[in-house]
Amino acid sequence: MSEPVLVAENLTQEYVLKGGMFGKDRIVRALTGASFSLEPGKTLAVVGESGCGKSTLARCITMIEEPAAGSFVLDGKKATAANHDELRTTVQIVFQDPYGSLNPRQRCGQILEEPLIINHPEMPSAERTRRAREMLELVGLRPEHYDRYPHMFSGGQRQRIAVGRALMLEPKVLVLDEPVSALDLSIQSQILNLLVDLQERLGLAYLFISHDLSVVKHIADDVIVMYLGRPVEVATKEALFEHQRHPYTKALLSATPMADPTLRKQRIKLTGELPSPVNIPPGCPFSPRCWKATDKCRTERPELDQGPHRAACHFPE
Amino acid sequence: MSLLEVRNLSVEFETTSGRFRAVDGFDLTLNPGDITAIVGESGSGKSVAFLAMMGLLPWTATITSDVMKFDGNDLNQITPKQRRKIVGKDMSMIFQEPMTSLNPCYTVGFQIKEALRIHLGMDRKARHARAIELFEQVGIPAPETRLGSFPHQMSGGMNQRVMIAMAIACKPKMLIADEPTTALDVTIQAQILELLTSLQEETGMALVLITHDMGVVAETAQQVSVQYAGQKCEQQEVTALFTRPHHPYTAALLAALPERATTKHLPTIPGVVPGQFDRPNGCMFSPRCSMATDLCHSTPPPVGGPEIGFARCHTPINLNAEEEA
Repeated sequence: MSEPVLVAENLTQEYVLKGGMFGKDRIVRALTGASFSLEPGKTLAVVGESGCGKSTLARCITMIEEPAAGSFVLDGKKATAANHDELRTTVQIVFQDPYGSLNPRQRCGQILEEPLIINHPEMPSAERTRRAREMLELVGLRPEHYDRYPHMFSGGQRQRIAVGRALMLEPKVLVLDEPVSALDLSIQSQILNLLVDLQERLGLAYLFISHDLSVVKHIADDVIVMYLGRPVEVATKEALFEHQRHPYTKALLSATPMADPTLRKQRIKLTGELPSPVNIPPGCPFSPRCWKATDKCRTERPELDQGPHRAACHFPE
Repeated sequence: MSLLEVRNLSVEFETTSGRFRAVDGFDLTLNPGDITAIVGESGSGKSVAFLAMMGLLPWTATITSDVMKFDGNDLNQITPKQRRKIVGKDMSMIFQEPMTSLNPCYTVGFQIKEALRIHLGMDRKARHARAIELFEQVGIPAPETRLGSFPHQMSGGMNQRVMIAMAIACKPKMLIADEPTTALDVTIQAQILELLTSLQEETGMALVLITHDMGVVAETAQQVSVQYAGQKCEQQEVTALFTRPHHPYTAALLAALPERATTKHLPTIPGVVPGQFDRPNGCMFSPRCSMATDLCHSTPPPVGGPEIGFARCHTPINLNAEEEA
């Protein structure tokens, strides 16, 4: 076991919704009590539906936002507001939407070089160009793409540029926020392979945020399942896919379509939708949609239990 | 008589840099009650083919076809006025992004009643009653109050239900669902797919599912047609397609699924889908195909017979599977 490169402790993030002149301010609890550790060369997947706090977690870890409570240690250094600038080269992020994350006025080459200009201003421009061209090849783009603008690329190619940009500083932790959900199947496998290769070569640690369980099953080492801002189940990939202790994980897995027409499985039907994170139900947040909720679930919030396979449920299986 | 018959449909776009053929020789026959999935990567022309049938393409598009018939109407000859009577009524479509397909300036109730007013000429009371009934059918809670909501006040899943309610408002004979669940979460996706198939069973309409998600295809469709670079490369019954693909592209696509992976490295299809300027002379898939021969690089392959799933390939695979079985 090597030293973890990222340790998060009880990360919590809240946003305040202004109530306007007459209303009261309301608090959105986007993320509550996320704790985990990540070792070099490992992939930790964060799974959940939209609004479960996956992206908020990513924004806290990449220091785009200051967490409201809790802390995390990056590469042996505790992240505080003072050393954010210094630590930012250790963590880079690939965003979900490659249409929004690339500047339409910059050429592909400029996009790739910008992190170097900002963080290594002493680097000669010829060296920067060389590295950017190397990166183009590495992420599966052609040399002539160097001078093109983002609108000339397909969604898949744009995501390659975004992956390339994140890797320009050779970070230790890469946060991947739904990196392949916008890509076509044949391109998706290329990117996943690329990520696997880079991880082996550079010993990168991935925080892989996704809702696609088949991708998670392929790439992850450990999995955190989140629901309404809280981790509900934490386990190794093998343990989680073998046996789900939390009913939400069970429902999520059963809802994921499998590419096998001969398989006829029992699907757990969840009724209702994700409650708004503004008014999270008291007790277990999953209780309004859970088929085995009791009065205890509706009043008392379950905490993550201990052990290698943790679940936050009063009646884990 | 089949509900929809399309033979050799091609769509070309006039662009500033020349003509671009988005759909090339598309064939499809649909009977009432069929569930057909059209699978393909982005840019494979799957949406464009159906937009062409509905007459929703801009004037830059040139549509040619040998046969394009829907429910006894020849869509090649039809006047725009007649087409408007069919589109949205007998033939309707659920668009990909519910958030951008609904008009943000009007309540969802207004938008759903608009279809009822124009196509069915219902009076105000009947429209209101029917709209509530439709909302109940697609599982929107508190339909009375929801009719007065604007699209931004509802979640993606709810908006997609509104889109479905709108599409089925006039009891269409054919419903085209263009990536109906791509923007949604898996638990909501499961609900929407279940809703679509149960509606299909109730009304006996034909359902076309345009998607790129092999999991959705495997669980929902009966027939699957695989599109590549504007061409149909294979069409088979769903179980057969997943167990014995005949076109190398289908085989490669299935192998690339993460859930079928046996090693950390996934099998990939090298290269990218050909664009406007690098379209190969021979088979569209030949530059990326592991089995391509000289013939594949020089001559476009013919469309095969039903025994090989109409595979458009010189070297179809899994040929003797029937004999083995």
